[in-house]
Order: sequence, then structure tokens, then C-alpha cells
Amino acid sequence: MNFRSKQDYLEAYSQMVTIRRLEEKCAEFYQQGKIGGFLHLYIGQEAVAVGISAAMSEHDHLITAYRDHGVAYTQGMEPKVIFAELLGKATGCSKGKGGSMHLADTRLNFWGGHAIVGAQLPLGAGLALGFKYQKKPDAVVCMMGDGATNIGYFHEAVNLSKVWNLPIVWLCENNQYGMGTAVERASAVSEIRRKAEGYGITNDRCNGMNPAEVYKAVKRALKHAREEGPFFLEAMTYRFHGHSMGDPERYRDPSEIRKWREDDPIGDWRQIIIEKGFGTEPELNQIDDQIMAEIAVAAQWADESPEPGMDELFADLYADDSIVVSREF
Amino acid sequence: MAQITIREAISQALWEEMEANEKIFIMGEEIGVWGGTYAVTRGFYDHFGADRVRDTPIAEGVIAGAAIGAALTGCRPVAEIMTINFALLAMDMIVNHAAKLRYMFGGQFSVPLIVRTPGGGGRQLGATHSQTLDAIFAHFPGLRVLAPATPYDCKGMLKAALRQDDPVLFIENATLYQKRGEVPDGEFLVPLGKSDIKRSGKDVTIVTYSKMLHVCLDAAKQLAKQGIEAEIVDLRTLRPLDMEPVFESFKKTNRAVVVEEGYPTFGVGAEIAARIQAECFDYMDAPVRRIAQLDVNLPYNRTLEQAAIPNADTVVKAVKEVMYV
Repeated sequence: MNFRSKQDYLEAYSQMVTIRRLEEKCAEFYQQGKIGGFLHLYIGQEAVAVGISAAMSEHDHLITAYRDHGVAYTQGMEPKVIFAELLGKATGCSKGKGGSMHLADTRLNFWGGHAIVGAQLPLGAGLALGFKYQKKPDAVVCMMGDGATNIGYFHEAVNLSKVWNLPIVWLCENNQYGMGTAVERASAVSEIRRKAEGYGITNDRCNGMNPAEVYKAVKRALKHAREEGPFFLEAMTYRFHGHSMGDPERYRDPSEIRKWREDDPIGDWRQIIIEKGFGTEPELNQIDDQIMAEIAVAAQWADESPEPGMDELFADLYADDSIVVSREF
Repeated sequence: MAQITIREAISQALWEEMEANEKIFIMGEEIGVWGGTYAVTRGFYDHFGADRVRDTPIAEGVIAGAAIGAALTGCRPVAEIMTINFALLAMDMIVNHAAKLRYMFGGQFSVPLIVRTPGGGGRQLGATHSQTLDAIFAHFPGLRVLAPATPYDCKGMLKAALRQDDPVLFIENATLYQKRGEVPDGEFLVPLGKSDIKRSGKDVTIVTYSKMLHVCLDAAKQLAKQGIEAEIVDLRTLRPLDMEPVFESFKKTNRAVVVEEGYPTFGVGAEIAARIQAECFDYMDAPVRRIAQLDVNLPYNRTLEQAAIPNADTVVKAVKEVMYV
């Protein structure tokens, strides 16, 4: 996808709508008690994931935090496999043992899905180090929320990336809140990319509500990462739902959410497609209907999938399966 | 057979494996140009170069984290954390990531990582630099925790660790680097996860590991002069724990003392004692005694510090108690 053709515009639209419907179905499963634990929805931020994955080549790798359903999908994970993991099924990407926050598929260059805030930064630096050490042409995109830029890991990893000149794009999705704390209440600088300047890292800011703009910025960032070293990109976005399901949202005014919803990345993108003559209302509605049907089929497949067997309880604890773990004490 | 120190044993293991496998690189604070704060990696930087001997910033979180990330891509990093006290700053990476990634992602990820780190007290470094934190790391499923005490075991186990795919915490003892012992001249490996009888005896079982092995061997000499023959089981690996030799020995001697350098509460001794009573209840002639560091932060003052760390006399006294002599 390079956002030069009608086909690419429609593909980006289709991907964003798929994420939106997927997340809505997740919320429904959660309310039915079928998804346990925490559930962090990506609704509102879809354009970021679509733009990032569009800009990535087969030599690029992605690692992210716990709000990972959107990029899992844009990296190529099928919705049915995402649903299955969230439902704790054997057919999930991690055999139902990881859950919502731990999606990954190494075959898709998608390295997770990490639930400790900021932990994906040292790990991402390590992926870049590993590829560089093995003299591979690969680069890494490491996503984080604005909240993660206040933790020690951020500073340790971003510093090291410059010291060792690692092929990595630090991509901050600034959705304005770290859980319920606004950026300016938690970060000494609210323009997050300025933190990268302290480490001498080239940086940029982009509109995270438009997939083509994200694509363009990530494309440039990846080129820089591969040819010169680390790059820091801040994508300005907004999550329309709470931090996770059950968030009472006392920290933001409904009018603020309404204002951002007027710039819904999907609605805006729809307008752009129509204005460019790449599609009509009925055509887009048809895509919507098709996606709705596909999501329903995927959800049903996952819902009907088997649970992992009890033999999975101790499986994959060690690579060395001669290690016998005590089960009784 | 050659007589070498533990420092040389660890150094040789790393050197030989790095020569044999280009996927192995080492990283940590002052391991390169400086040569390692305990001189284990002296000469490595000049021989292997900056790419394979990577000096890092003082940033334990990213040392461990970047090593894990590189391991995911197929490298075999050896991350050195200058002391186990600083490993607390890398605890999240070791516990929440190294130990969990394979399991949590359904077997997709492999973390062939070694974290080398020395611990131990007795050098007047004060409370923050003198700890023996082995037990807390041994708490976590998914890790291998090794703590060998002889040049032979250090070399053979580190080499074996570098040829398998599970994350390893390789705990050294800062006061043992000069300890000498015999190693074979040629290639050899020591299997991981196997306890080892370091002294045979019929009267009492002493279960120990790391530096306390040497304290117990001294104690056993004193006890022998008094007619008590102690059998010493060196755990060598804390996770996965190999209890069979302990049970076998206990069923013969019917009494045991567990000796460790770490804190007593929730410690290695507690685990060993609990397992012995569960498995060998009908063989018990005395309660299992736990000898550990006293349950206090280690002070700077030499006399006070030494009073808090187990020595041969403490072990002798405990053995006599379980022998009722």
C-alpha cells in the first residue's frame, strides 16, 4: 500500500472499519463475560495502525504495548485468530494463554503485545540490536503510548538506541491520556517528541487520524532508521473509549470526546474517498456490510473453537521439555 | 587436569563458546575496555571486538531488556549485571519477560539468554551491595537459576547453558573468583539441573550451594575430627531443583542441615526443609535445621557483618544439634 491508488484508499478504509467492528464485537464479548481480564480498545486510533503497517516492508518488525488488537490485524493476523485468543481458545495466536494484551505472531514480524508499560522499549531496542548484530537489513517499529514516555525504560532504551545507532523507529501514539491522566499532568513536556531531542534523535510529529499521513511519516522514519539510526515519531490521536472496559471516565469532559469524534478517522477518510472520486456512499456502505458479515463469521468461529487442553497448562514453560516441573508440593 | 580459578573457569567458558558460536555476544557495564569489574572478561574486547563485547550505559533495565530482545531474534546474548543487587533494577525484565515470553505467547518465542551476576556479602560493602538474592529469582517458573561453586562446575555449567534455549540466571559469588580447583584439559560440559554429592558421609546430610559449599566442606573437616561424617549435597542449580540426591542422602542419614548465604525467611532452606519433610517424613530423626544469613540488613562494620554471615562454626554447631550431641 502506498496511498497512490483508489485501491489503496479503499483498502485503508476497509482495514480501519474492520478494526472498528472487531473492537465493537470484543466489547460485546466482554459484556457477555466471554472475554476475561482487561480489554483495551483501539477505537479512535485505527488510522495509526493502518498507516504503520502500510509503510512496513518484509524486513520491518513491529512491537507494541497492550492496546494491540489493531496492529495485530494490520500486521496480518486474522480477526478470527484475534477473537480466539481473547476468548482464551486453543486456536488463538498464543493458544489462549496470552489473552488480549499478549497477541503476537512472529511469522508476521509481530513481536507482541506487551503488558508492562514501557517494557516493549528495551525489548524493541533488543530486536533492533539482534537484527543489526546479525547484519540483517531489518528495522523495528516500537509503538508506545504517551504514558510510557515517563517511565525509566523509555529513557534507557531511547538513549541506548542512539548510542548504538540501532535501526528503530520509536513511535509514540499520543492519545492524550496515560490511563486517566492527561499528558500535561504527567509529562514535563507535552510535545512528546521533544523528549527525543534530548537524545539527539531526529523526530517528527504527524496526524494520527489520517492513515496516509501516518504512512508517509513512518515511511520516512523507517528509511532514516535503516540508513542512519533511530527516529522518533509522535502520532497525534485520541481514544474514543475508556482506557479499558469499565473506565468511569471521570477525567475528561464528554464535550472533548464529542469534539474528537467529529474527526473520526473513519468518517474523515470516507469523506476523502468520496471527494477524490474513489468511491461512493453506496459502495462504501457495501464494504461496511461485507466487513460486518466477515466479523460475525470470524467471531462465531472463535466462539465455537475448543478450549486448550489441560496438557497446555505446563506446556512451553521451558524449551527443554526434559525439565519436569513439580506439580505437587 | 589443570588447576584454575573460578574467574578463569568462567572466562574460559565464555571465550571457548564465543569462539565456537558467532551468535554469542556479551554486554554489560565495564565488561569491554575496562575488562570487567571482576576481570572475568579481561582481553575479550581486544580479541573479539566492540561488536561482540558491548560496553553499555549504566542502565540495567535496558541491558536485560535489549539482551532479551536480541535473544528473540536468534542471538545468544550474555548480559552481565555488575552485582545481583543491581539485578533488582532489571527484575521486571528477568521476571516478567525472560521467564514468561515463551509460555505466554504459546511457545512462539525463545529466549536463549544468559544473565551473569555476582552476589554475596562479607566485603564491607554495606547493605545495598552485599545481598544474596538467589532465592527470589529461584521463585519464578520459566527461569533456570544456576549457582555453581567450583571451577569445574562453573566452566561446565556455563558452557552447557550457552548451548540450550532457556533463559538462565548464572549467579556467581564475588568472593569466590580466586577459588581454585581442577578442570579437565579438554572440552567438557556439566549437565544443568543436577545436584551433586561433594562429600560422602553417613551421619548427617548438609544441603548447600555456592560459597556456602566451601564453608560446609570446612565444617565437615572439623566434624570428621569429632567422628561425625557429613554428606554434602551441592544443589548447583536452584531452578529446576534436583531433590533426588537430597532425598537419597536423607533417607540414609535421617537428619539434615541446609546452609545458604541469603536471608532465612522464605529462603532456600525453607524450600528444602519443606520438601524433605513431605518426602521423607518417616525417615526423620530430627527437625531440619536452616542456617542462613541472620535476618537483618548487612552492616558495614566488619565485626558486625561477619557475625551475620554463616561460617564453619555455625554449621558445626547446627550439625551437632540435629545429631543431638
